[in-house]
Amino acid sequence: MLNDEYIHWLNCLPDIGIKKANELLDYYKDARNIYYAKEEELILIPSLTKQNIESILSDKNKESAKISYDKLYKKGIYFVTKDNTAYPEKLKHIFEPPMGLYVKGRFPKTDIKTMAIIGARNYSVYGKEMAKFFAKELGEKGIQVISGLARGIDSFAHQGAIETIGGTFGVLGCGIDICYPRENIELYTRMEQCGGIISEYGLGIPPLPGLFPMRNRIISGLSDGILVIEAKLRSGTFITVDYGLEQGKDIYAIPGRITDISSSGCNNLIKMGAKLVTCVDDIIEEFIANCENLCLDKYCDLSSDLKEELNLNNFLGNKKIYKKLETKEKIVYDMLSLNPKHLEEIILNTDLDMKELIDILVNLQLKDCIKQIGNHYYVLST
Amino acid sequence: MFNKTFSAAVHGINGFLVQVEADISDGLPEFLMVGYLASEVKEAKERVRISLKNSGFKLPVKRITINLSPADVKKEGTAFDLPIAVAILVTLGFIPEENIRDTLIIGELSLNGEINKVNGVLPIVKMALGQGFSRCIVPLDNAKEGAVISDIDVIGVKSLEEVVRYLNNESIIEPEYVDVEKLFQHYDEETDIDFSDIHGQVAAKRAVEIAVSGMHNILFIGTPGAGKTMLAKRIPTIMPELTLEESMEISKVYSVFGLLNNDQSLILKRPFRSPHHTISLTALTGGGRKARPGEISLANGGVLFLDELPEFNKNTLEILRQPLEDKDVTITRLNGSFRYPANFMLVAAMNPCNCGYYPDRNRCSCSVNQVQRYLGKISQPLLDRIDICIETLQINYKELEQNIINESSREIRKRVMKARMIQLERYQEEEIHFNSELTPKMIQKYCNLGASEKRLLEKAFHHLNLSARAYHRILKVARTIADLEDSLDIKASHLNEAICYRSIDKKYWSM
Repeated sequence: MLNDEYIHWLNCLPDIGIKKANELLDYYKDARNIYYAKEEELILIPSLTKQNIESILSDKNKESAKISYDKLYKKGIYFVTKDNTAYPEKLKHIFEPPMGLYVKGRFPKTDIKTMAIIGARNYSVYGKEMAKFFAKELGEKGIQVISGLARGIDSFAHQGAIETIGGTFGVLGCGIDICYPRENIELYTRMEQCGGIISEYGLGIPPLPGLFPMRNRIISGLSDGILVIEAKLRSGTFITVDYGLEQGKDIYAIPGRITDISSSGCNNLIKMGAKLVTCVDDIIEEFIANCENLCLDKYCDLSSDLKEELNLNNFLGNKKIYKKLETKEKIVYDMLSLNPKHLEEIILNTDLDMKELIDILVNLQLKDCIKQIGNHYYVLST
Repeated sequence: MFNKTFSAAVHGINGFLVQVEADISDGLPEFLMVGYLASEVKEAKERVRISLKNSGFKLPVKRITINLSPADVKKEGTAFDLPIAVAILVTLGFIPEENIRDTLIIGELSLNGEINKVNGVLPIVKMALGQGFSRCIVPLDNAKEGAVISDIDVIGVKSLEEVVRYLNNESIIEPEYVDVEKLFQHYDEETDIDFSDIHGQVAAKRAVEIAVSGMHNILFIGTPGAGKTMLAKRIPTIMPELTLEESMEISKVYSVFGLLNNDQSLILKRPFRSPHHTISLTALTGGGRKARPGEISLANGGVLFLDELPEFNKNTLEILRQPLEDKDVTITRLNGSFRYPANFMLVAAMNPCNCGYYPDRNRCSCSVNQVQRYLGKISQPLLDRIDICIETLQINYKELEQNIINESSREIRKRVMKARMIQLERYQEEEIHFNSELTPKMIQKYCNLGASEKRLLEKAFHHLNLSARAYHRILKVARTIADLEDSLDIKASHLNEAICYRSIDKKYWSM
């Protein structure tokens, strides 16, 4: 048996978490020694419970680890241990680095900057559009986007970055072969090609609540900076941010209106010193400023048009279409934002006749300038 | 000694004739009743015997046999008490036989000989007229209800004694008279709710107008307190006034249900039924062991308002699908099948999500999944039958304060009537009356689009991800909007408006 296989076995052992596994490895130096450890020796280790020892000695566990190890390769999953050269360098320096990582696709490249884009599962239209926009823009500038493949902002970040040259990477909080939430299955399969899916957990581990905070240390660990798109004051997102701060990463946040609860966490981050981001160059600027071991030329051409894209219309990429709109269409267009506005409100705030307004709204929709949310709420489209 | 009287029972919402035959012969003294009787009819025996005694008639010690014919139809209800008593009295010679010819008798007896109210008098009197009877004797409490049918004498009676005196020509009871025309005129003046009560909600009001014009079903979505119920309650006020014929048809159901009385002998306003969401399946559609019309039949000719649509039991809602198509509901029971009318306009209201505030993210904390699950409680086939959907918005204080005089129901109704006339004229040769009933084939015939309109719809179809069903619904609604504007062709602006009011799809909900 290869050393990797022993580590895989150790990694898959139920009841033994990363903490105890590291302790065992420290003690035995090698996973192989643990594999063949005798009961008498194990009893001497104070932190192991009776259950732990049974788990280590169990033939059943050894057998199933062997079977699942064989399965990995059939499923196109690589198991990369800490000793492997492919193991991301960045992760070696974090607290409690994973013993090994399962990966579908590939790891983020180390010579290219990686950005973690994270946010709440419950999002607003604003959060959704921002996540997509920033992920796409960053991706197109060659930056790798990493996130957690969860619902909400995570998914939109992946969606935004998936077809860009940077590629996108997802770190799962469950077994590598499990797609959670299930509705992301399309994204999950596409990401195998356009980046990678990474997990600390082996085959078939269900998405348990306790696993998610742990995977956040990998997200932050693999990244060079963390961009928080939208989060409430008490959000799981801040677990990642805390890990990031611990690991010395830069924190970026997109501001929201102070009255928006869904952006309150972001605003608070900015108050505490996170970098306020209003355009992609805010991030890239920072990257260029402190890039020591990066190939600069990748980003150099970007500095010329730095700071140009600050107005909203450009944000939404509709400047050209906007110029072509008729006067009345412009009035309506200018009224709308990424905050849903009801038909009645638009009627009240413009002096247009209702029938005329409906005409305009439908036309704007057909021109892809605006979108309908719910039934009669309208937002600008991106 | 044999004799018979005529009585009637209700089958579905129509009356049917029952002959009450009485025979008194020698033999063991006994009171026998035959003719496929429900238990309340069997109990009539005791009521008749004792009320006869208490009215001063002595039953002879003989064998009395009563037969209700036709004997193969189950007789239900308490309306046979009085005819049985009269049949016995005729047979005993207390009333001359010729005096009960051409007379139909219904009524429930109480033990002291008084006559109590029964259900279904209106359809029974109507049937009696059709069968050529010249007078009906009905309980006094039901007299006005029966009297709305002209050309037949409706005699309201209080007690058995009074009936006997009347039939013996010892006293005269004037036939009950109701001036139906006056009733209708009177109704026109009194309306306590009106569309002018609603401030703002321009789009919602317009959507309602369109919906009523083409008899499209409509769904209101909105936060709590956004005026959904207020709007819905005012829908009957802009529907065309009831004609006598329609009123009769509606009143028949109410009569069977026992909801008519002397104060309200005819339903003059379009019904507005708003059952609570805990309603059971049979209460909504009708049925039960003893088949009875349900809420959908009571809403016939008017509005069935289902507030908090997703809270209704799923099975209860699904049952609406067939009546919405066929405009009636057929209930089959062991002892017969009953057809109840169910030609109503479905008006439904719901919140956008569990907490009711989506998409306002400051107040709504529902996840997108939760929102979708909430909507998912309503099945797609049911949504397909709702042509128009409007999201209402809570109006602000400023609008409430404004002293603008809003359009009254009467003005809106005028436009609705006009649009309806256009439709009736157009569909003279078809079996339908309104745009909402158009079949895909008819849509091709009546909703022709010009080249540029076709292009617009095609573009909308692709850009807005419309389904094929949504496509047909948009065309139907656009047809109604064109009719409202008295336009022969469907123009682009009509299509646009129809697109705006299009109903929700599953995918529609996600942001």
